[in-house]
Amino acid sequence: MSNDVAVLGVGMHPWGKWGKNFVTYGVHAARAALADADIPWTDVDLIVGGETVRNGYGGYVAGATFAQALGWNGARVATSYAACATGAQALDTARARILAGLCDVALVVGSDTTPKGFLAPNAGERWDDPDWLRFRLLGMTNPAYFALYARRRMDLYGATQADFAQVKVKNAKHGLANPNARYRKEVSVADVLGSAVVSDPLHLLDICATSDGAAAVVLTSVDYARKHGIAAPVRVKAVSTVTPTFPNTVMDMPNLSTDSSAVAGVPERTFKESIAHAAYEEAGIGPEDVSLAEVYDLSTALELDWIEDLALCKRGEAEALLRAGDTTIGGRIPVNPSGGLACFGEAVPAQALAQVCEVTWQLRGQATGRQVEGARVGITANQGLFGHGSSVLLSV
Amino acid sequence: MTQTSTPAIEGWFTTGDEPALIGSRCTACTTVFFPRTAGFCGNPACSGEEFEDVELSRRGRIWSYTDAQYQPPPPYVPTHAEGEAYVPFALAAVELAEGITVLGQVAAGYGVDDLRVGDEVEMVVETLYADETGDRLIWRWLPLNSGPVVELGQESDA
Repeated sequence: MSNDVAVLGVGMHPWGKWGKNFVTYGVHAARAALADADIPWTDVDLIVGGETVRNGYGGYVAGATFAQALGWNGARVATSYAACATGAQALDTARARILAGLCDVALVVGSDTTPKGFLAPNAGERWDDPDWLRFRLLGMTNPAYFALYARRRMDLYGATQADFAQVKVKNAKHGLANPNARYRKEVSVADVLGSAVVSDPLHLLDICATSDGAAAVVLTSVDYARKHGIAAPVRVKAVSTVTPTFPNTVMDMPNLSTDSSAVAGVPERTFKESIAHAAYEEAGIGPEDVSLAEVYDLSTALELDWIEDLALCKRGEAEALLRAGDTTIGGRIPVNPSGGLACFGEAVPAQALAQVCEVTWQLRGQATGRQVEGARVGITANQGLFGHGSSVLLSV
Repeated sequence: MTQTSTPAIEGWFTTGDEPALIGSRCTACTTVFFPRTAGFCGNPACSGEEFEDVELSRRGRIWSYTDAQYQPPPPYVPTHAEGEAYVPFALAAVELAEGITVLGQVAAGYGVDDLRVGDEVEMVVETLYADETGDRLIWRWLPLNSGPVVELGQESDA
């Protein structure tokens, strides 16, 4: 039995700083996805919202908030929170109900508004919360974690700050024609290297911003898609939302330490490697079949880590791919054809869904101005706080 | 009232001539955790709930490092007086013999140019900030492979 579900509609609200309520963005994206699917809201029998933690009670019950804004239609409701993987977890909830035969049409929506500057923890003293303690005891910001990974690439694999800058140059070029991207401007290596160093070796332009934005996906069974007149829809082949396997030996945000490998031994795969591995296993598709990848470039250097975590090349070889132009549109394995977080900025509960939207447009051949020719298989990847991460594998 | 020096967080490290981080060792499977835990053993093959304190190795090797060129947001406590300029500090993740990597600030006076992945460092205790009770102390990583610290403004031109 096939475990495929069909992506019938995708839609987004452009990323930016618009000063509006997250519900406004979410409804905009939802209506765009429904229109794309040619399915009326009244036919949706499950809505899943990606929770936002910055928008009060309405954000905690995002699924119901969007349902009410669209007009109560009696649909079942769920809300997911999984940090940066929120959108993928919401998608997986919808997929599970469809595959169980409990639902025909599901609408998945993620939306956020985000503050300026460093993402700081919530107010109040919390001496048992690592997300609070890392600031209090160490002054350890998010970019500082990204910088640890970047510096490791330099000392172990010979990466340079110019390599990291080149990732930004590539992604800025990819996103130029993307109507949903916030930043649509060419950037040079000199621009990146001339911007202020935030956490050595990363410059301001190596690090992604935070944005407002929303993305939505309409999922149906493959049968429903056929009856709806779509014989060959983009299919979700796998949704990986695995947790780490003890011991997690990579220093993960917001932790102050790793697990100990002394008793249990070093695991076969790092957490990020295991996220992708589970997606490939579930889909029965290997990295050699992937046409493009949308990965979570919270920093430029992190994109290089992801390329290796997705097994698109061997460990330590991502710089060689980058320098050869392999990860540019037109190259062997384009990475972040949407422009990535470099052009979007992060809108946490929407971001994993935005990755799915981009892969869907690519697989349909509708990514005007940034199309990866002949794309058949696309994979997404991200990692968030506290053992969350996701990878979605789609194909036509 | 006399001003005293106390750890910025209770029970995470010892002070004195040979300070050390304090971890918890599961009495069932012997896996070590840092920071200390009083809950459940994180080893999925173990259901231990009892732990004993254990001092972690004072020396380790740098897993990676960076610095904070901008003042972090609260609850970070600024260390410079009002009107004075913020002084960036370095950070390092250090692999210990216990198979744990532990983050820490790097000892005062050292920057990223003094660090390299794989270099040996030693845990020291220094002042993180001062409050109404006096100095608040924190563990830091002291590089062992680099030369003497040069005061700002006295750098060699060579």
